[in-house]
Amino acid sequence: MPSSIPHDSVGIVTPQLLEFKEPLPLRSGRVLPEYQLMIETYGTLNADRSNAVLICHALSGHHHVAGYHSEEDKKPGWWDSAVGPGKVIDTNKFFVVGLNNLGGCHGSTGPQSINPETGKEYGPDFPVVTVRDWVNSQARLADRLGIQQWAAVVGGSLGGMQALRWSISYPERLRHCLVIASAPKLTAQNIAFNEVARQAISKDPEFFGGRYREHNTVPKRGLMLARMLGHITYLSDDSMREKFGRELRSGKLSFDFEADFQVESYLRYQGESFSESFDANTYLLMTKALDYFDPTVDFDGDLVAALSGAQCSYLLVSFTTDWRFSSARSREIVDALIAAGKRVAYAEVDAPQGHDAFLMPIPRYMEVFGGYMNRVASELEPGGNA
Amino acid sequence: MRADLEIIQDWIEPGSRVLDLGCGSGELLQFLTEQKKVLGYGLEINPQDIQSCIDAGVNVIEQDLDQGLTNFNDNSFDVVVMTQALQAVHRPDLVLDEMLRVGREVIVTFPNFGHWRARFYLALKGEMPVSKFLPYTWYDTPNIHFCTFKDFEALCWQKQIHITERMVVDSRHRDRWLLQWWPNMLGEIAIYRVTR
Repeated sequence: MPSSIPHDSVGIVTPQLLEFKEPLPLRSGRVLPEYQLMIETYGTLNADRSNAVLICHALSGHHHVAGYHSEEDKKPGWWDSAVGPGKVIDTNKFFVVGLNNLGGCHGSTGPQSINPETGKEYGPDFPVVTVRDWVNSQARLADRLGIQQWAAVVGGSLGGMQALRWSISYPERLRHCLVIASAPKLTAQNIAFNEVARQAISKDPEFFGGRYREHNTVPKRGLMLARMLGHITYLSDDSMREKFGRELRSGKLSFDFEADFQVESYLRYQGESFSESFDANTYLLMTKALDYFDPTVDFDGDLVAALSGAQCSYLLVSFTTDWRFSSARSREIVDALIAAGKRVAYAEVDAPQGHDAFLMPIPRYMEVFGGYMNRVASELEPGGNA
Repeated sequence: MRADLEIIQDWIEPGSRVLDLGCGSGELLQFLTEQKKVLGYGLEINPQDIQSCIDAGVNVIEQDLDQGLTNFNDNSFDVVVMTQALQAVHRPDLVLDEMLRVGREVIVTFPNFGHWRARFYLALKGEMPVSKFLPYTWYDTPNIHFCTFKDFEALCWQKQIHITERMVVDSRHRDRWLLQWWPNMLGEIAIYRVTR
């Protein structure tokens, strides 16, 4: 734990579980009869409810965006570097909402929840949810919180896809859309990585067709492999070289098949710890949501047409060494926004960390992000546009 | 506002779609957006300038002009503007072609290397001119393709680019009668309005 909570932290935070009794129709045609969303909020909603910021999480994220759950908590929330008093998403100015998406494994309704229709856990029967379904559930969350219009919807990677989808599905309900290290839809290569991850999980003998919990087991090896693969794609060649090089664990080669190189033991450690904390069915669902995301499906594949109804302003940021969600993919969104005549700013941040850069407090990134959020905040002041 | 920008804004119709190549801190676009309600986008590669634009709420896109404008459709802008950047790109002729493809109309400004001070500097001292207006030395200057008004007009003629308007101003951006009498000798900055 931090010996004392840092002064620029939101401090000790407590998640809340919200119940939604109205059925949620899903893109698959199925219906979620009722659901719960685990959320966290930071800062204070102002009198005219205009200062709310929604944070959408990526593949393995959740509602715990910033702060600590207890004095003993070792690590803060996943985006603590960006959310807090005086930080780029300044909780002195904004009311910040984080949630765990449907299908998740951190408290919101997902594969480990009880299916009210059967009285048993959903497991693999949990419906495949899409980014659009998530955004619909988030809109109901906004209703519940009394937020008619978000000051900003913010997300990186899969979270950026949700932010983009918000601007298409609910154009009048957000003023700013921040899409970081994201893409308008996945490429075949990107889907391929997800498929290998899914195969690793579903071919684990302990997966039992997704009913591993009924067998009191966990497909840990599959999850571990999936995470190891994913992790490699989130780093860059440069960052791996810098971090590990060809450094050996014990100073010499072992001439067996144990981990010789530091990078091997690092990946094993990352994979193992992930497999202990993440649900395999959720991993499958999250990767499917990534693969399925395509805001142009209703527009004949035309991204400009898909974005033409948007009313918000956009900030897009990409990172030079991110090859999983490359700058070129962000540029596709930027170009479409320009063609559609939308307000947009775009920065390509020179950073060695690969896709993971979007979670790191890289100075130029924070400056761009913070400068934009300052503009968003200035609109809240008397005489502003909010 | 910089005086060349003052002249340019006069040439831009309210409500038009404007692309500003090398938009710097976004001064022109901010003015045009506020005063003329244009829909403007600026391309820039300097991080400090990009930051200034973001801080000012200008639509700035991080893009290197030397990589071309292939991401923009033909005639997708009413006006494409480039102020004091033509001399800093690798291939001014190709950039000019691209600007005329993307925009219905193009406005360019550049420093005149045919100005008498530059001529005398080179002629008398035998060194590349360094002035208050162009303070760089030859090895660190971003201005890699200096030209004179005459050079530029020759290029336009060769490419069959139609010059619709031309203004010549001095370093304080004043438009004085003397400049119009012998622009290539006395003018320091040229402002051209061209179309295909």
